[in-house]
Amino acid sequence: MRTVVVVGHGMVGHRFVESLRRRDDVGDWRVVVLAEESRPAYDRVALSSYLSTASAADLALADEEFLADDLVDLHLDDRAVALDRDARVVTTAGGRRVSYDELVLATGSVPFVPPVPGHDLDDVFVYRTLDDLDALREAAGHATARAGAGRRAGVVVGGGLLGLEAADALRTLGLVPHVVEMAPRLMPVQVDEGGGALLRRLVGELGLRVHTGVSTSSIARDHRGGLTVTLSDGSELDASVVVFSAGIRPADGLAREIGLPVAERGGVLVDGRCRTQDEHIWAIGEVAAVEGRTYGLVAPGYAMAEVVADRLTGGDARFTEADMSTKLKLLGVDVASFGDAHAVSAGALEVRLDDPVAGAYSKLVVTDDGRTLLGGVLVGDASGYEILRGFLGETLPGDPMALIAPAGDGVAAVGIEALPDSAQICSCNAVTKGVLVEAIRSGEASTVPELKACTRAGATCGSCVPTLGKVLTACGVEVSTALCEHFAQSRAELYEIVMATGLRTFSAIVESYGRGRGCDVCKPAVASMLATLAGGHVLDGEQATLQDTNDHFLANLQRNGTYSVVPRLPGGEVSGEGLIVIGEIARDFGLYTKITGGQRIDMFGARVEQLPAIWRRLVDAGFESGHAYGKSLRTVKSCVGTDWCRYGVQDSVSLAVALELRYRGLRSPHKLKSGVSGCARECAEARSKDFGVIATETGWNLYVGGNGGFTPRHAELLASDLDTVTLVRTIDRFLMFYVRTADRLQRTAPWVESLEGGLDHLREVIMEDSLGICASLDEQMARHVADYADEWAAVLEDPAKLERFTSFVNAPGAPDPSVEFVDHRGHRVPAGMKDGQPTSVAELGFGPRIPLRSELEVGV
Amino acid sequence: MTELADRTWTAVCPLERIQRERPVGALVAGEPVAVVRTHDDRVFALHNVDPFSGASVLARGIVGDVGGRPVIASPLFKQHFALEDGRCLEDADVAVATYPVRVVDGVVQIGSQ
Repeated sequence: MRTVVVVGHGMVGHRFVESLRRRDDVGDWRVVVLAEESRPAYDRVALSSYLSTASAADLALADEEFLADDLVDLHLDDRAVALDRDARVVTTAGGRRVSYDELVLATGSVPFVPPVPGHDLDDVFVYRTLDDLDALREAAGHATARAGAGRRAGVVVGGGLLGLEAADALRTLGLVPHVVEMAPRLMPVQVDEGGGALLRRLVGELGLRVHTGVSTSSIARDHRGGLTVTLSDGSELDASVVVFSAGIRPADGLAREIGLPVAERGGVLVDGRCRTQDEHIWAIGEVAAVEGRTYGLVAPGYAMAEVVADRLTGGDARFTEADMSTKLKLLGVDVASFGDAHAVSAGALEVRLDDPVAGAYSKLVVTDDGRTLLGGVLVGDASGYEILRGFLGETLPGDPMALIAPAGDGVAAVGIEALPDSAQICSCNAVTKGVLVEAIRSGEASTVPELKACTRAGATCGSCVPTLGKVLTACGVEVSTALCEHFAQSRAELYEIVMATGLRTFSAIVESYGRGRGCDVCKPAVASMLATLAGGHVLDGEQATLQDTNDHFLANLQRNGTYSVVPRLPGGEVSGEGLIVIGEIARDFGLYTKITGGQRIDMFGARVEQLPAIWRRLVDAGFESGHAYGKSLRTVKSCVGTDWCRYGVQDSVSLAVALELRYRGLRSPHKLKSGVSGCARECAEARSKDFGVIATETGWNLYVGGNGGFTPRHAELLASDLDTVTLVRTIDRFLMFYVRTADRLQRTAPWVESLEGGLDHLREVIMEDSLGICASLDEQMARHVADYADEWAAVLEDPAKLERFTSFVNAPGAPDPSVEFVDHRGHRVPAGMKDGQPTSVAELGFGPRIPLRSELEVGV
Repeated sequence: MTELADRTWTAVCPLERIQRERPVGALVAGEPVAVVRTHDDRVFALHNVDPFSGASVLARGIVGDVGGRPVIASPLFKQHFALEDGRCLEDADVAVATYPVRVVDGVVQIGSQ
């Protein structure tokens, strides 16, 4: 067995190890990875999301299988410091000595910090690692928390791709971001003058202060403890933090020390095989200068990783041309650049469309006959990127100007079918349309996740994922959206139908638009639609037959056939009197009580015939249904806010109560949970909710699409600093749009993800009214709010509905004899087995048990 | 038909008391039974205990059809039971007992097994 040592565990080093392990099916190679950072490889492309939505775990690239691989030794926090080429031994900072047969340098790069005075002060950062971001977050936290401060500013030195990401991060952290760029425009490498001008305007509208054509002269500590950044034109900026993002330099120190040739501007010189002058040393990624050229993007780095993995397993791959295409969203602005973006090819022509009103700039670079696409720049609207890039070097299907015409007539009309098989769909992993089509035709993949798994397309930055769906459709793969065997329509389509036709009974709907008599899938789905469209009580007439047992008995079915009862406690507030009533009911009916995760009280073990009596007492005490049983709004959790908290900046409880009362009873495709936090400390855990609100100094931030459960998700920021009226209107529309268009049992997170255009599209629909439906959404919500009535109070007043609450029609008072309870830890729980296990865990081997004080006192 | 004459019949309730496709529970000789009235006014009776959970809940399930067969879905774990013979559609080895049903003078009667 031979040993390959990989120096560096960044994205490219990790890709190399993965690729080698995949290719080396006989286990010829043992891999030793020496990593400088304390974490295994993570997705640096998505680094900024660490400050908004992602955790370190979300960004991790190494899965459990990788970490458990016997043939891979990963040494974290142990940098390689010396290399003996003759003995083929590498030594680490921790004193580890590892012999190698082959060595792969994947040390990446280090941020370039220009030696301006003050560059080494505290509160001056770089933007490269998760540790950098942690430090930046902490400093920004101190700055924003400082008493008496207005909004603090942060300065980013460098207006390239990474600089704009850093500026966005500062904005996320609550600072006013300034960007200082030496070139006359932002992102000078990727975009041209026209694109740069629009980009500047669009990010300026989002609050970014842009200073171009100036450099940073010095940074100094001012008398109040902040920083003053002096620019080359003499102007001064006050800042709490400064972030250098002025380019990167290959981390080629190790190679230099052992005398390996490096390129003029840094980077270990390698040939097309990615091999250095030493035949046992290879270099890949940002540290490598292939034929003298370095690459700062992940896609060429991955290509190099594949080349070396291939070489070490007997292949003869070469690194050829690198795809330098970029598409990204910076501060919500689409920017894409591909091929010869600056039209440097001989005879190249530029075709431009600059629409300042729509906020879109497009440029295509074509050959002098106007037929072959050489490159392009898209700013503001990059929806045509995937298709256009596919035509790089190919004959265009039409007039270039027509291709960049506004959506609908332009590239959207061309479609994926027109792309040649050689067109690259995923540039990160170099996957062509041909490879995707082959995977689909051979039956290997028939869904987007399967395509990702078997081709790796879309597995890195994810920007091509929507295109994967289009390739599937173009190959004739149809994903059935039928609700069930009774309805060929999706839930959203059926909702449209019910809304448009005015049909108000299931029988009429299934007769006109479905077949058969329905089932436990379509009936509750239609019941939910009718609840939001027709109103009335959920147990009225035929609607009662459509309800799941929970909605039918307005309580939650438990495993032994009894139900649990949850009165609404808006915002989690409850009076002492209210607690006493709940306590008395629990005592009198022998109910097991438990505090829920949503700041309410759940009472378990009620038989159906007991439910009306329990609710009689609850309703008399002023409680109403908590809808814990429904696919509907559950709770709006809150912290105590400004009423009590030293740190609160807004009245979170009042807002939570208002929201809970506004949306109570709203039937939806799945349950809905919400939370309101009174400050950025987020004690209400609002970001784990379908819609979460977090107070800011000036208003409310609205997050959507979070959930706990099977697939936990953090909610994403939809809008910032909203006043209360705008906030409520936006939530109204968010909820109604969800109610109308989501699939059955689809929570808000996958729903937002499924929207073409995702969160941005959602924002356009509900905040900019791009579909012209906001008035209708508003009207529908207004009707919901006006028509709300407590379901349980209505049942208690209707003898026909009360009649339903019996176990046995021929013995109405008789309890169900099969329901039995046992004592468990002093509480009353269902008797019997659960999944073949006794319900009691009293005998489990927890070791010595310390008795409770109450037990000692009563001598238990 | 002599066999039928030997059965014990328990009157449960008027047919009108049972909403179409919304079953009710009944006690027949001490056993819990789910009584189902379909959309076309046929009446079926099945033992009420869901064999997968042991809970007496089938009468609280949703009634419909699967592949053209009238079924009731257990409210606990959603398995479907054919109304005609009690067979579970998801697991051929599982079935619930069914009972003969007749309607006499508008009253539903359930026979012993």
